[in-house]
Parts: sequence; C-alpha cells; structure tokens
Amino acid sequence: MSDMNQQMTARYKNNFLKEIEEQAEMGDWVKMCMQCGVCSGSCPTNFHGGWDHPPQELFMMIRAGKRDEVLSSNSMWQCVSCYNCYVRCPRKVPITHVMHGLAEYAYRLGKAPKGQPTQHLSKTFWDNATKYGRVNEVKLTQSLYFKDGIGSGIKKALEMQSMALGLVKAKRLNPMEAVGGGHKCKDLKGIHAMLAKARELEAKRKGRQPA
Amino acid sequence: MARKEYAFYPGCSSQKGASASNYLSSVESMCKTLDIKMTEIPDWNCCGASVSYAEAGELPRHVMNARNFALAEQNLPGQDIVATCAACWLGARESKERLEHSNVLMADTQEALKEAGLNIKVIPEVRHMVEVLIEDLGYDELKKPVKKPLDGMKFAGYVGCQTNRPFGIHGESFENPMYLDKLVESVGAEPTQFDQKVTCCGGALAFSEPDKAQAQIKDIIEAAYDSGAEMLVTPCPLCQANTEVYQGQINKKYGTKFNMPVLYYSQLMTLAYGGSAKEAGLDGNVIRARKLEEFAAK
Ligand code: SF4
Ligand code: SF4
Ligand code: SF4
Ligand code: SF4
Repeated sequence: MSDMNQQMTARYKNNFLKEIEEQAEMGDWVKMCMQCGVCSGSCPTNFHGGWDHPPQELFMMIRAGKRDEVLSSNSMWQCVSCYNCYVRCPRKVPITHVMHGLAEYAYRLGKAPKGQPTQHLSKTFWDNATKYGRVNEVKLTQSLYFKDGIGSGIKKALEMQSMALGLVKAKRLNPMEAVGGGHKCKDLKGIHAMLAKARELEAKRKGRQPA
Repeated sequence: MARKEYAFYPGCSSQKGASASNYLSSVESMCKTLDIKMTEIPDWNCCGASVSYAEAGELPRHVMNARNFALAEQNLPGQDIVATCAACWLGARESKERLEHSNVLMADTQEALKEAGLNIKVIPEVRHMVEVLIEDLGYDELKKPVKKPLDGMKFAGYVGCQTNRPFGIHGESFENPMYLDKLVESVGAEPTQFDQKVTCCGGALAFSEPDKAQAQIKDIIEAAYDSGAEMLVTPCPLCQANTEVYQGQINKKYGTKFNMPVLYYSQLMTLAYGGSAKEAGLDGNVIRARKLEEFAAK
C-alpha cells in the first residue's frame, strides 16, 4: 500500500464519501446525485464498448463506501471531457470534473489500474507541455507511440506513417521539433518555479504529504 | 487603428509548423479583411488541455492559465483574450470562473504567480474567435466583404463538443447550435441537415484508445455524407485534426471510402473574401479540398 493510501485510509476510516468530498476535485457534488441516469445515457464512450461503472453507478458506489472498487476502476478514465452529461444533469453535478477528480485521486494513491493508456497520455501530455511551456507535438507523438516498447512503437508508427507523412507534407507537423527545434516559452524558470509552488500549496491544502 | 483589438491566445496547435498552422494563416487573413487586430500575448504558455487532469491536479492547471491572464492584463490592458482553439478557450475560461468563485484558489494562485514575478488584478474576459465574429461584429458585417460567394457548395457544420459545452455560444442551444450553419450561409454556401453536429469525436482517446475514438469518428463522417455534404467545416483544431487525419485508417478497418475534406470556418471566409488558396491555408489540408482550390484559382 502506498504511503499516501495508508495515510488517507487512516484519516477517513470508513467514510469514503467524506474522503472523496475533501480529496477529489468537485467531490463535494457527489451527494447531490439523485440517480436519474441521464449522465450514463448521455455518455458517448459509454456506448462504444461501455464503462464497467458509468457515472451514475460510480456515485452510488461512493455513497455505499466501495472504496477499492471505485478507486481501482477503469471507468472514469474513459471520460473524454465532452460535457454532454455536465450540461444535462438535472442536479447540475459537474460530472466531467468529478470524473477527472476521481481519476486524479486514484492515480495519486497508486490505486489506478496499471498501464491505463489515458493515464499515460495525461502524464505524457502534461510533462511535455510544462517542460517548455508549450506542447512539442513531435516529441509528444513519439513518446506516445513508444510507450509499450520499441517493437510495438515501430508497429504503431508504421500504421500511423501515412497520416504523419500527410501532416508533414501539409507543413502541420515539423520534424525539426524532435531534434531540439520547436516552440518554447522564454521564462521557463518562472514557469517551473510557479508550478512547483502550486503543487506544494495544493498538497498543503488537501493535507497530503508533498510528493 | 483597427476597429477591434484583442489579446490573442493562439494555443500550441496553431503555431508555425504545428498541426493547426493552416487555421492560423486563414484566421490572419480573415481578420485583416475584417479589420480586427490580434496581438499575441507575449510569452503565452499552454493551457494544459483537459486530458492533463490526472498528472496536473487542480491548482497547477489554473496557475498555467493564470499566467496567461496576468501577461495579457499587463501587456495588453483592457483587451479581451481571444482563443482560436476550443480546448484553450474552455480551459482558460474554466480557470477564470473557478478563480473568481474561490478566494482560496485565487490566493494560492497569486502566491504561485509571485514565483514568476506576476500577479492578477482583474482577469480579462476569455472569448472564442467565433464569439468575436458573431457578437462583436454580427453576421451582417461578416457578409459585407464577401466578393466570391461559395455558391452551391454543401457543408456539414461540425460543432463538436468543446466550443459548444459547457459554455457554448451565448443564445445557442447545446443540442442544436445554429451559428456554424449561419456562418456557412453568410459566405453563400449551403449548410446540410447534419444530425451528428454536436457528437463528440472521442477527443484525447484518439491517441490513447484509437479504436473507440475511430468508431465515433466513423459515425460522424458517415452522417456527413448521408446529409449530402461535400465537405465538413469546424471551429476547433482538435475536431479538425481528429475528423481529418484518421479517415484513411477508418477506411482500412471498416472498408469505407471516406475522403472528405475538413475545413475551418475561417478558411471558407477567407476564400469568400477573395483570398488565395495560400492565404486560406488550403495547402495545410491533408485531404485536399480540390473543389475549393479550383474555386480560389478562378
Ligand atoms: S445526471 Fe446527475 S443526477 Fe442524474 S444520475 Fe447523473 S449525476 Fe446523478
Ligand atoms: S464528459 Fe465524460 S462522463 Fe460526461 S458524457 Fe462526456 S465522456 Fe461521459
Ligand atoms: S489545448 Fe492544445 S492547443 Fe490549446 S494550448 Fe493546450 S495544448 Fe495548446
Ligand atoms: S476534438 Fe472532439 S472531443 Fe475535442 S472538442 Fe472537438 S469534438 Fe469534442
């Protein structure tokens, strides 16, 4: 069990709803859900393949204290921020953000499913964007294709090759970005200091040990 | 002096050589014709986009947007921030709302900004380019400079999600927004009855879980063909990329024969205003819009 998971289990005992209310972004909205099911019926990624536990169900499970099932679920990682549910919920629950909040919290606790692809994308994207202040699309693409190792990376890159070549020809993907060119902010020092401070303050506010 | 001035937030994908660089060129020529001056926010940074949620957490995301607010306020006082990318617009606007509604978040944000030598007094308005066109100018003004109407061409207006929800364009419904259709009409073309106009394309899952996203994109393109459209038009660089660049893979997987060009509203406007194929960024379309290339050459 991770240190943070131990710390939180001890702090909240069996009150999982309270834990989510205080730790997950927008978690204090969970109690407002009236189980109408509109969110689950509106969710585009719940149709293709389907979620193990659509939003409505996750909310019910939180109230029922099913801590392990919720935190280790693959479901909230399927959210693509389309805001369909968000604008339709009769109780105005900001479902999109609660899904992101649950995913983030599960990830911090080390409870999220191993190798979850969207989790990997989230980290890769943020690291890429904050390193130079702006996204380097070529490096982003490279690290995404090679995440499962060289072999599968080459296979995927080949599958994607015609698409990438099209973008290069159309001058929309700049191969020079991969070798040190690419876009950068000038005040990188300021950006990095500011982000370090933000992480520290957020950990403090939520009573988490700083990472 | 230009008739309107804004603090421009281009976003990573609209930089030179990036995936939406052709959006940028068409926006530039469109704004020139409409006498709108867009000044880039000096040293702006990425908004982080929705998908960074797990790694970023809450405050760091808001702080990234707050830095842009502070830079705009300081360098371009009194100007609204205007984004061309739906995701940047949404991310920035969301941060603005959260910061304005929470003293705690605002105080923490100011403390973090101090590390970069910045601070916020009043957060500027955050707007999408489309809002500027519709609200600050209006359809009639947009029609005035039309020299070459796109007569007889049929477009499916793909609004997608993030320009539409959760904020949307004032006065439009979430289920059936009409502004993109009206923009198509204002350049003399014909919008089709397109039932997938607000369907999500799968967003970031196009990268992390391509099969799921491509299934959604297939439905969207199919419906565009069924509606009788020759081309798709969008207001967002992510929607544009997702619906354009995966058509080949979808064809392989499903045996379809998709080959539908996907344009930006600003490309249509540039062409109708008499701009060249280059000014409209047509060279940036992966699926070439031959009909429009011929139209521009006429
Ligand atoms: S739409 Fe809102 S109230 Fe209905 S189940 Fe979903 S979260 Fe609960
Ligand atoms: S925002 Fe997320 S949870 Fe809500 S409908 Fe869209 S994908 Fe589903
Ligand atoms: S959302 Fe995308 S385009 Fe917009 S700033 Fe962020 S990374 Fe760049
Ligand atoms: S790219 Fe897809 S998910 Fe993102 S705003 Fe456009 S339609 Fe929605």
